[in-house]
Amino acid sequence: MLYVIDYGSGNLRSVQKAFERVGVHAEVGSDPRRMSDAKGLVLPGVGAFGAAMADLERRGLVEPIVERIAAGVPFLGVCLGLQLLFERSEESPGVAGLGIIRGDVRRLPDTVKVPHIGWNQADILRDCDLFDGIPDSSAFYFVHSYVVVPTRPADVLTTTEYGVTFVSGVSFENVAAFQFHPEKSSILGLRVYENFARRVYEGWEPAGAVEGDDA
Amino acid sequence: MHLKRIIPCLDVDKGRVVKGTNFVDIRDAGDPVELASRYDLEGADELVFLDITASHEKRDTIVELARHCAEELFIPFTIGGGIRTEDDVRALLNAGADKVSLNSAALNDPGVLAVCARRYGSQCIVVAIDAKQVSADPPRWEAFLNGGRVSTGRDAVAWAREAVAQGAGEILLTSMDRDGTKDGYDIPLTRAVVQAVNVPVIASGGAGTLDHLVEVVRDAGADAVLAASIFHYHEYTIREAKEHMAAAGIPVRI
Repeated sequence: MLYVIDYGSGNLRSVQKAFERVGVHAEVGSDPRRMSDAKGLVLPGVGAFGAAMADLERRGLVEPIVERIAAGVPFLGVCLGLQLLFERSEESPGVAGLGIIRGDVRRLPDTVKVPHIGWNQADILRDCDLFDGIPDSSAFYFVHSYVVVPTRPADVLTTTEYGVTFVSGVSFENVAAFQFHPEKSSILGLRVYENFARRVYEGWEPAGAVEGDDA
Repeated sequence: MHLKRIIPCLDVDKGRVVKGTNFVDIRDAGDPVELASRYDLEGADELVFLDITASHEKRDTIVELARHCAEELFIPFTIGGGIRTEDDVRALLNAGADKVSLNSAALNDPGVLAVCARRYGSQCIVVAIDAKQVSADPPRWEAFLNGGRVSTGRDAVAWAREAVAQGAGEILLTSMDRDGTKDGYDIPLTRAVVQAVNVPVIASGGAGTLDHLVEVVRDAGADAVLAASIFHYHEYTIREAKEHMAAAGIPVRI
């Protein structure tokens, strides 16, 4: 089962229905026991870094997340779910993140319109199964004010230009995470979820709904 | 690279699309979700639903519309039309709308923008401004209420600036002079607002040709173009519009 981690943030239903659209059931919840049964985990999220970490703590989800990732379970972070994987964020000084990926989260510079809202391109720096069928420099939908700054260059999967070049996707062993919202990025975004489902369930093939004909 | 957006606008009455129903091969042309999905497939970057229902069930019908759309759409969508209170905004966001657009209610009480932006973030609060030119030299526009019927006497550019200061994260700017004319967007109006604020401006009103889309982005600095009839009546597809903009050097998602 695919499990979408609920820690009180919005946006969960849209992630769940994106999986439904590609033909995979995803359960939404905050039960650590269900998490340990899951074959794949998704951490979505909108909102503030500190409040999200506090919600994860309160629901007792921090340790299970760290433990499941260490156990090698495929893990997908989206938007704030990307940022939470890092060690800390300028948004919430003094709050420790999950610390799965080394580095921190910083505010976009004042020289650009913040938040960064709209469609922007992801330049894919290396091969990744989550981008199967997705051309380099494809556009995805972004809504955010902060960006991740990984310490290790090897963790960077995609970058995006917005006044500055920022890291819009990371990949580290069984963990991948994106600053953009695949569930709001039309057909190519759905393909990211489809590819993640394929990573979780080896040999799984989609029903074909993502290929274009919606009728 | 940050991309310019094309946004079809659908008018909805009691949960049914009343403009934009001219797709030839669609099962239920009045179903907002079916039309919206079609626009998604054609390459629309976002959608705006303008609720024009005039009845006491209005609130329920637009919340239902948002829920229905959120189930089926995989691009962002905005709901506007008669949204008055923070409760309305919360109900629509909870139902799955990505953004909510306020017009008359914000003019009557700009504080509602501040309350909503503080609670839900500026990124989901759009202010819709219906502007009409009231003097040619120097050029001046005023914000109008009730679909352009009632003047507020407020300078539209000053109102845009105040709305952003209150917390609006985006401006949907409609020229009442150009709306429905197909003579092109109001370039001086759009430019004046773009220069006055540091949030994205969606140009609306007057699109008749694909060159009009290019002009308002290139010459006025609009971040997005909203259009209804040129897409609804299949004069152009979204893809044709995007290819035309790309050929003119405007970065778009194709």
